[in-house]
Amino acid sequence: MEFLSKDQLVKMLNINNLHTAIGDKEILKGLSLKINAGEIHAIMGPNGAGKSTLTYTLGGRPGYEVTSGAVEFDGQDLLTLAPHERAAAGLFLGFQYPVEIPGVSNVQFLREALNAQRKLRGEAPLSGGEFLKVARAQADAMGMNMDMLKRPVNVGFSGGEKKRNEMVQMGILDPKLAILDETDSGLDIDALRVVGEGINRVMRKPDKAVLLITHYQRLLDYVQPDFVHVLAAGRIVKSGGPELALELEREGYAEIAA
Amino acid sequence: MTNIADTKNAEALAAANKVSDYEWGFSSDIEQEFAPKGLSEDTVRFISAKKNEPEWMLDWRLKAYRYWLTMETPHWAKLNIPPIDYQDAYYYAAPKAKKQLGSLDEVDPEILRVYEKLGIPLEEQKMLAGVEGARKVAVDAVFDSVSVATTFRKELEEAGVIFRSISEAIREYPEQVKKWLGKVVPMHDNYFAALNCAVFSDGTFVYIPEGVRCPMELSTYFRINAENTGQFERTLIVADKGSYVSYLEGCTAPMRDENQLHAAVVELVILDDAEIKYSTVQNWYPGDAEGKGGIYNFVTKRALCQGKNSKVSWTQVETGSAVTWKYPSCVLNGENSVGEFYSVAVTNNHQQADTGTKMIHNGKNSRSTIVSKGISAGKSNGTYRGLVKVAANADGVRNFTQCDSLLLGDQCGAHTVPYIEVKNPTAQIEHEATTSKISDDQLFYAMQRGLDQESAVALIVNGFAKEVLQQLPMEFAVEAQKLLGISLEGSVG
Repeated sequence: MEFLSKDQLVKMLNINNLHTAIGDKEILKGLSLKINAGEIHAIMGPNGAGKSTLTYTLGGRPGYEVTSGAVEFDGQDLLTLAPHERAAAGLFLGFQYPVEIPGVSNVQFLREALNAQRKLRGEAPLSGGEFLKVARAQADAMGMNMDMLKRPVNVGFSGGEKKRNEMVQMGILDPKLAILDETDSGLDIDALRVVGEGINRVMRKPDKAVLLITHYQRLLDYVQPDFVHVLAAGRIVKSGGPELALELEREGYAEIAA
Repeated sequence: MTNIADTKNAEALAAANKVSDYEWGFSSDIEQEFAPKGLSEDTVRFISAKKNEPEWMLDWRLKAYRYWLTMETPHWAKLNIPPIDYQDAYYYAAPKAKKQLGSLDEVDPEILRVYEKLGIPLEEQKMLAGVEGARKVAVDAVFDSVSVATTFRKELEEAGVIFRSISEAIREYPEQVKKWLGKVVPMHDNYFAALNCAVFSDGTFVYIPEGVRCPMELSTYFRINAENTGQFERTLIVADKGSYVSYLEGCTAPMRDENQLHAAVVELVILDDAEIKYSTVQNWYPGDAEGKGGIYNFVTKRALCQGKNSKVSWTQVETGSAVTWKYPSCVLNGENSVGEFYSVAVTNNHQQADTGTKMIHNGKNSRSTIVSKGISAGKSNGTYRGLVKVAANADGVRNFTQCDSLLLGDQCGAHTVPYIEVKNPTAQIEHEATTSKISDDQLFYAMQRGLDQESAVALIVNGFAKEVLQQLPMEFAVEAQKLLGISLEGSVG
């Protein structure tokens, strides 16, 4: 992709010295990260480094208490917003373990969610017909059957189907920033390619950005990151280009994070 | 017992005397719309006279009253109810005790907020809230004037359907009423049924003649008359051979009501090849967040599937009342008869609900389905209590029961009490039960997609209750969905 020159960079996310605690335990210990529009970043790190905590903190999940630091998202103070307001501002989390909601169809769920976002943004709601058109296009693009969209959210879906469903949701909600938490886990090689292509198709645009959180290099074969960061013990300990991911794969976290 | 109560309550005695003086004057014009406070044979006579009832009806009421005096309040339900002083209540025309309001500004803003959330048109809000002069306007606005009601009535009459207040029916169709009144729920059935028999104020009588499919849901009409719902309602619906009717009772809007004690009786009679679908949305005042006030709702509902291939389906959405004691039941006498019970019961704050059903299988190859969804939040308690009974000579009976409970928070309770009595070895009885909590994972997931907390709770709860909600007539299903969300406001977080 084409890069903007430095003074043209549009800030998307600016995390400054973020500290997060769950209960008494501090997990993030001064994490800083800047993401500009048009960029794809990957965060890699060993288990327990704080990857999921970072995801949930940015999403505003109750129980993840920010003890100090600041996060600016698209010009707004992210930390003062409720989870649904963050969503409406353009933040999307791809869940490591997508949640089942029995009795609520994907179509109903996403239409309500999208229209709730639109309402907060002062946009008119989509009618049933308009919504279905958008949903069908995204489902088709992800190779997902419309019948699956009519089934209850994630109920009876395989691991791969759930992840694919996350990508369909991302396509429908069309966020500015997607934080994808181990979206590659539990995927076979075909599904991995489909999901990777989905991320590129929806998010690789000059006005959007992605933060990929992953253990492994393999998703990065399909979604080429512009920057790779190593998260260890609640902090970014090293940053670099795509080559850093390969280095990590070769040498392991212990070596790099040390 | 009456004497003791009367001497205890001098006010009631004086009032009763006054009524006795008044008694002979009833047939002309009476301004008095209240029976005096308290309950005595005089109260019963007052009500009967007020309705110009025939002698047999008065005798029936008095018999019930005398029987009631010998009975005791049932204590087996999982309900904590302070003793009720039956002498400290009005037994007639109490619904009209609603104070007329000058405008909507005088209505409790909390109630107005709920109306708004339900999307009830302004004029209809006025009617529900009891604003002076609103009724006619409201009827005009919503249903294009009384003439529509008349049109309905005409259409029903052409089909041969009798649809009357029970008081009218007692006068106009005494034989029909006499034939079935108290046959499904006998006056001695239980304490509250006996009380209802003695003092029922009004209600509905429906007769669907042989082979007739009722040309409309008897809901729209009812809605116009919603303000007539009384404290002691009595409903009798008879579906003759091969007929069908869908009846909808209640309203999703919270009704302003000064009465604390409600004891209704609903009797359904279904003959060969006939079907009744009976849907209820109950949203009486549940009391405040501290558990003060609220309606005590003691209801006896029963369907008699007398004919072969007869079918009854009860669907209820219970969100209101401080106390709910209610077990819509099916007596399946007919061969191949079918009973269904679909229920959503929501309790929040300090509400208590003990509700369920009885499926009494007397007929061969009779079948029943029970789907109960209980949702408890706050400090409330919800109980499913159900009986499945199979008689010795009822071969080939099948029952399927599913009881699911959903808990919000950690101070509420959900209880499931199934009773199964099977005396025939060919019966197939299945019972499934689950208890779950709305998980933080579900809530956060929904909120991350853009729903605020209340919408997220409402969405998850509606998914949980879907199997029941989809049994409701379309327009009510939509309102009921909103209602579930509103009933659970503030229950999380």
